[in-house]
Amino acid sequence: MAKYIVRRILTAIPMVLLITILCFALMHFAPYNAIDAMTTPKMSPETIELIKAKYGYDKPLFIQYLRWLNGILNGNFGYSIVTKQSIAGDLAVRIPNTIKLVLPAYATAYILAIILGLLAGSHKNKAADKVIDGISSIAIAVPSFWFSMLLIFILGYKLKLLPIVGMHSVGKEASMADFLRHFIMPFITLTFTFLPANVKFVRSSTVTQFSEDYVLVQRAFGASRGEIMFKHVCKNVLLPIITRLGMALQLLVTGAIITETVFGWPGVGPYFIKAIQGMDYPIVMIILVLSSTLVILGNLLSDILYCITDPRIREMG
Amino acid sequence: MMKRNEGNKKKSRSVRVDSVLLSLKHDKAAVISLILLGLIILFALIAPFLPVEPNATNIANRLQPPSAGHWFGTDEVGRDYFARVIYGGRVSLMVGFLAMLTSLTIGVAVGTIAGFCGGMVDMVLMRIVDVLYSIPWMILVTVVSIFLRPGLKSIILVIGFFTWMEIARLVRAETLSLKEREFILYAEFSGVGIWKIIISHIIPSVFPTIIVSATTSMANAIMTESSLSFLGVGIQQPMSSWGSLLQNAQGTMQNTFYMALIPGLLIIITIFAFNKLGNLLRVFVEPKIMNDEKE
Amino acid sequence: MEEIKKNDDKILSAQNVHTTFRTHGKSVKAVRGVSFYAGYQEILAVVGESGSGKSVLMKSILGLMPENAEVTADQILFMDKNILEMTPEQQRKMRGKEIAMVFQDPMTALNPLRTIGFHLTEVLKRHRGMDKRTARKEAIAVLEQVGISSPEKRLDQYPHEFSGGMRQRVLIAMALCCRPKLLIADEPTTALDVTIQAQILELLKKLQDETGMSIILITHDLGVVASLSRRIMVMYGGLLMEEGLTEEIFYSPKHPYTRALLQAIPKPQAGDRKRLEPIPGMAPSLIDPPDGCPFAERCKFACEQCEKGIPKYRVYSDTQRAMCIFSAEELDARERKVD
Repeated sequence: MAKYIVRRILTAIPMVLLITILCFALMHFAPYNAIDAMTTPKMSPETIELIKAKYGYDKPLFIQYLRWLNGILNGNFGYSIVTKQSIAGDLAVRIPNTIKLVLPAYATAYILAIILGLLAGSHKNKAADKVIDGISSIAIAVPSFWFSMLLIFILGYKLKLLPIVGMHSVGKEASMADFLRHFIMPFITLTFTFLPANVKFVRSSTVTQFSEDYVLVQRAFGASRGEIMFKHVCKNVLLPIITRLGMALQLLVTGAIITETVFGWPGVGPYFIKAIQGMDYPIVMIILVLSSTLVILGNLLSDILYCITDPRIREMG
Repeated sequence: MMKRNEGNKKKSRSVRVDSVLLSLKHDKAAVISLILLGLIILFALIAPFLPVEPNATNIANRLQPPSAGHWFGTDEVGRDYFARVIYGGRVSLMVGFLAMLTSLTIGVAVGTIAGFCGGMVDMVLMRIVDVLYSIPWMILVTVVSIFLRPGLKSIILVIGFFTWMEIARLVRAETLSLKEREFILYAEFSGVGIWKIIISHIIPSVFPTIIVSATTSMANAIMTESSLSFLGVGIQQPMSSWGSLLQNAQGTMQNTFYMALIPGLLIIITIFAFNKLGNLLRVFVEPKIMNDEKE
Repeated sequence: MEEIKKNDDKILSAQNVHTTFRTHGKSVKAVRGVSFYAGYQEILAVVGESGSGKSVLMKSILGLMPENAEVTADQILFMDKNILEMTPEQQRKMRGKEIAMVFQDPMTALNPLRTIGFHLTEVLKRHRGMDKRTARKEAIAVLEQVGISSPEKRLDQYPHEFSGGMRQRVLIAMALCCRPKLLIADEPTTALDVTIQAQILELLKKLQDETGMSIILITHDLGVVASLSRRIMVMYGGLLMEEGLTEEIFYSPKHPYTRALLQAIPKPQAGDRKRLEPIPGMAPSLIDPPDGCPFAERCKFACEQCEKGIPKYRVYSDTQRAMCIFSAEELDARERKVD
C-alpha cells in the first residue's frame, strides 16, 4: 500500500507543475498583461525597460516562470494589478470567509445525502424513494442562483426576515447572531446545491449493493433487514462516499462562487468575479493554480483514503 | 438463417421501444417535461415568424405586469417580456446545442484516437484530459472567457472546448475494448487505414454512448451558459439568454418577481427534460436496465 | 393423490407450488405447480437446464424471492410445520438455522468488506446465541470441518484472499454453523474448476455422512449427481417432468426429456461409441408458456395430443413417476420405429 501511495504522490507532482506552466503561459500571452498594467503609453521606452527590469520581466521566460513559481511556493502570490494589494493578504481574509460558508453547508449536505440516499436506495420504487429521487432529479436542474433569488425574494423582501447581502451588518461585526442571520440564506442555497447529486450517488450505490449476491446470501442465512442494512450494506455504501470527501476539497475555495456573488458574501467568489471583470490576471491565475492544486490534492486524498479503507486494495503492494 | 436473423433484429428493436414506452408509463414527470421541452424548442425555432419583437422599447409602457397584450409583462425599458423569454430560449438552446456539438466532436475525436492508437499518443492525450479535469470547470471557463470577447461565439467555444473530457474518457474506454473485437482486428489485418476504421467501425459502435452523453452534455452546457450569463461574463446585451434575463431581473426583483420566475422555470424544465431524455436513451440502448429484476 | 404419503419419512414436502414474477405488466411463470418431497438423511438432486425453475422453486420455499414474485402452494411442510403459515419473522429465523442454502457463485456470495470470521460469527451469534469468544472458537472448528487449513489465521482474512473453491468451503461452513436439518445447494460447483468441483461434492457427501442432514442438490449436470444422490427430480419449463431413485432415472428413464438428457452426457467408458445427442431447440418462453407439455416442441415423440393440456403423471413405482402421455413401453416402441 505504501508503495502505491508513494507512486500516487509522485504522479501528482508533475500534474501540479503542468498546471502552473499552463497558468503562467496563459498569463503571459494574455491580451493585456502585467507590464501593460504598470506602464502607460506616455512613458518613454527607457522607463518601461526600467520597470521591466525592476520586476524581472526582461529575463527569459523560463527564468520568469521559475521566479513566479518560487514566489508562490514561498507564499508570495504577487500583487493585484487593479488595487496593488498583496494577493496573499487578500486571500488570507477571503478564504476563511468562504470556508465558514462552504464547510457547514457541505457537511450538512453530506450527512443529509447519506441519510436520504440510504433511505431511498433501500426502498427502491417505494413511496419514500419516489419522493426523494424525484425531488433530487428536479433539484439537479435548478440553477443555484435562481434558487437564491427565490430565497431572497421570499425571506428577504416579502417576509423581511433576513438581510440579503453581506456577512455582517455595519457596526455589528462581533455579533454572532448577526452573522448567523446573514449566514442562513447562502447556507441553505449551498446545501441545496450540494445535496441532490450526492443523494443520487448514495442512492444508486445503495441500490447496487442491495442487488449484490451477498445480500441474498445474508437473507438465506436469516439476517434481518436491519442487520443487512447496518452490518453489510452501510459499510459498502459508505466506503466510496468517504472517498468522495477528497474530491470536495477544492470546494473550500471555489465551491461557492455564484452563491457568494449573489449574496455579496465577502469570500473568494466576488473577489474572483471582480478580478475577471477587471482583467486582473495575477488574481485569476493564482486562484486557478490554487483550486487546481486542491483538486489534485483532493484526488490524491481520495485514493489514499480508499487504500486505507478498502481491504481489497489495502493488502496489495 | 437469414430470416431468423432479421426476426431477431426486429424483435430487439421492439423490445427497445417497449422498454422506453414502459419506463415512460411509469414516469409521468418525464412525459410532461418532454412535451414542455418540445414546446420550448418549437417556440425557439419559429420565433422569427411570431408577431413578437424582443428589442422594441417603449418607455411609456415599462414594467407592466402580465396582461393580454404582454403575456409575461414588460421589462424596465418596456420590451415585451414574452418575446424576450422566447428569444432568450433561442439563444440558450442554441448555445447548448452548438457547445454540445463542439464538445462531442472533440471528445469523440480525442477518445477514439487515444484509444485506438494507444502508446505515446494515448499517454499525451490522457494527460491533457487529466490536467483539464483538475481545473474546476467554473474557473476554467471563466478564465478562458476573458481571452475572448464576451459574446455568443466565445461562450459556445469556451463551453465546447472545456467540457469534452468526460466524453473522451468514455469513448476511449469503449474504443479500447472494441479494438480487441474480431471485426476490427480483421479490418486492421486486411490493411484498412486507421481513419477508415475509426470512421466506419469504431464511431458507429460507440454511437449509443455518444447519444446518451449528448443529452447530458446539452443539459450541462445550458446550465453553464446561464450561470456565466448570470455572472455577467456570458451573453451580453442587447442579446439575451435565460441566464442574462435572470441577471437583469435581479435588480427589479422586489416588484416584478415574475421576471425572475419565468426564465428560471424554463431552465429547470429544459435541463430536467434533457436529463430524462438521457435516461430514456440509456434504456433504449440497453433495454436490460429495465429488466434487472429478473432471475 | 397417491403421491401424498405419510409424512414421517419426509423432512420437506411441498404440494402444487407456483411462482410467478411480475415485471412491467408481464408475468413470468417460473414454477407452474410442482409437488415434491425430500426425505430425511437423503441427497435429492434437482436437475434441469437454466430457466427450468429449479432454483426458483427452492428459493420460493425458503421465502427468498424478490417482492415482485408471487409464491402460492397448497402446502409446504418442513418437519411437519407449514412454512406458508409462518410469519415472515418465523421464516427468517428458520433460514440459516434449520434450512441453510449454498449458492452458485462463491465469488460474489460474501461481502467483500467483511472478514470470513465476521460472516461466520454473525450466523453463530444470531442463531445460536453465542458470545463473540465462543462463536469464534466454533467458527474455527467449522472451518476445520470443511477442510480449510490454519483456520485461525484465515478467520481474519477477507474474501478476496480466498480462491473460488475455498470460498465455497467457507459458505458451506457458514451453512454448517447451525447444524441445519436440510441443506439446499444451488449449483454449488458450477462456477468452479473441474478438479475443485469434485472436491466440493466429496465434501458435501462427507458432511452428509457425518451430520445426517438432508441435502437438496440443484444442478444442470445429470452426470455430477450420479454417484451422489439417492433420488433425482428432473425439471423443465417450470414443471417436474420425472422423479425417481437415481438407479431408476439412470437405468430406466421414462420421460423423453430425461432420456434426451442422458444421451447428452458424455460417457467415458471404453467401447461406448454412441454419438452424443444434443437436444435440439431452445427452452420454452416462460412469459407465454405453451398450453401443453413444455417439452413437446423439442420432443421427437411429440404428437398433437401433447400440445393440448399438461399431461398427467404416470406412476411407475413407489418412487418413480413421469409426466408424459406415453407410457415407457409406448415410447420404446416408437423409438424403434424412429430408428
